[in-house]
Amino acid sequence: MTVMRYTKDHEWVREEADGIWTVGITHFAQEQLGDIVYVELPAIGRRFGQGEDACVIESVKAAAELKQPLSGEVLATNDALAEHPELVNSDPCGAGWFLKIKPSAPAELDALMDEATYQTYLAG
Amino acid sequence: MTTSASPRPTPLRALHVERGARLTEFAGYELPVHYPAGILKEHQHTREAASLFDCSHMGQVAIRGPDMATVWSALEALVPADLASLAPGQQRYGFLTNETGGVRDDLMLVHAGDHALLVVNGAVKADDIAYLRAALDPRCALEEHPTHALLALQGPSAAAALAGLAPDVDFAAWTFMQGRALAISGIACYATRSGYTGEDGFEIMVPGEHAERLARALLAAPDVAPAGLGARDTLRLEAGLRLYGQDMDTTTTPIEAGLGWAIGAARRRRGARAGGFPGAAVILPQLDTGAARRMVGLVGSERTPVRHGTTIANGAGEVCGEATSGTLAPSLGQPVALAYVTAACAAPGTALVAKVRGRDVPMTVTKLPFVPTRYYRGA
Repeated sequence: MTVMRYTKDHEWVREEADGIWTVGITHFAQEQLGDIVYVELPAIGRRFGQGEDACVIESVKAAAELKQPLSGEVLATNDALAEHPELVNSDPCGAGWFLKIKPSAPAELDALMDEATYQTYLAG
Repeated sequence: MTTSASPRPTPLRALHVERGARLTEFAGYELPVHYPAGILKEHQHTREAASLFDCSHMGQVAIRGPDMATVWSALEALVPADLASLAPGQQRYGFLTNETGGVRDDLMLVHAGDHALLVVNGAVKADDIAYLRAALDPRCALEEHPTHALLALQGPSAAAALAGLAPDVDFAAWTFMQGRALAISGIACYATRSGYTGEDGFEIMVPGEHAERLARALLAAPDVAPAGLGARDTLRLEAGLRLYGQDMDTTTTPIEAGLGWAIGAARRRRGARAGGFPGAAVILPQLDTGAARRMVGLVGSERTPVRHGTTIANGAGEVCGEATSGTLAPSLGQPVALAYVTAACAAPGTALVAKVRGRDVPMTVTKLPFVPTRYYRGA
């Protein structure tokens, strides 16, 4: 079963094969931001600590950051977002992903929310 | 200028909620940022068809006096524009200046027959009204219309949509910057052919109690959809229109802001009614010599938006200005910004850079507006 975890800042991480995790923002986050017109992605190979700003997300209105949900190294970025940033709005948990990372401190996952907890957090 | 009190509803609040608007506080009022369509679609719809905006946060003020000559003379003492030449129904853009040549507010004035109607910015309307009451020639009286709504119908389909609801009005003869009383769906209004989007359109003043019925009638017209503050901002920026409080304020002169065109010949040096307004000693010399810093339009070739507050540098890397408004222009697909830069950097075609998150984003000085305006100036 696919494991997905969520941050209080409305990022998600999803476990893929071989200890690689995909990072994106949630449906709630894209809805709050509105039409996204520009995404700035980090260089492959960069290492971020948990909670560090890893990407810039610009909507028509303003700029926001994607904070790295887990410490680790960037293995890949979603190049499609350069031409089609609107994918983040239309498919935030699929084609609108941001990064693939290799976590360096997997224990950090324990502090993230599972689906049910995140839904409760949203409702709160 | 924001108040600590909770934001006031406009007469259209229930309609906004019904239409699924995302509401925000703006100028002390609760107003839609956008509806479910989103800012980009609302922007595009305004350029292609027509959008209805709730601008009821703006201040509406009537100035009355013994005759119109006295009213205009009183206002010309505070506003550096040629107002005395306005014919009935004619509208003009102007600003209230301060003693150092700064801009207290910008406003629209219209000759409404036996009085002048002013529309001022929502965020500073209380200050404006207090100032006008204190500074206006005592032979003139100021009357607030605090419960009036202001609806803007904007876009190439606006005239056709309005014509369907006001069949007696000759829209071909009603040109840009002209106002008139009319009945829309039987509701008595005063409207001007003007707006803040660069498109043809109308700004409609109506008593608050009739505003919702009027808005529903307009939204039921062909091609009309609601739009919020988000689209209003991207539309006005593409049209090169300044936003008071962001692109200009009490520390910027109208000449620096590139608004010298609004100071009619009669109010300039050697004009029939030269000067005689606050800050004339600063503003009039600047009209002749130019200001040391000037507002310019900047267009980027990359997609990185350049926002308010971004530092602008010249080709040598020296800081030469600052952006005051910026976004990715939806109609162009390119970032655009308004910026104050030094006179040496202000010529169209000058290559500059915007300092965005430590990176140099190339920008080129461009003539305003970014997107051609399509005001109706007659058939």
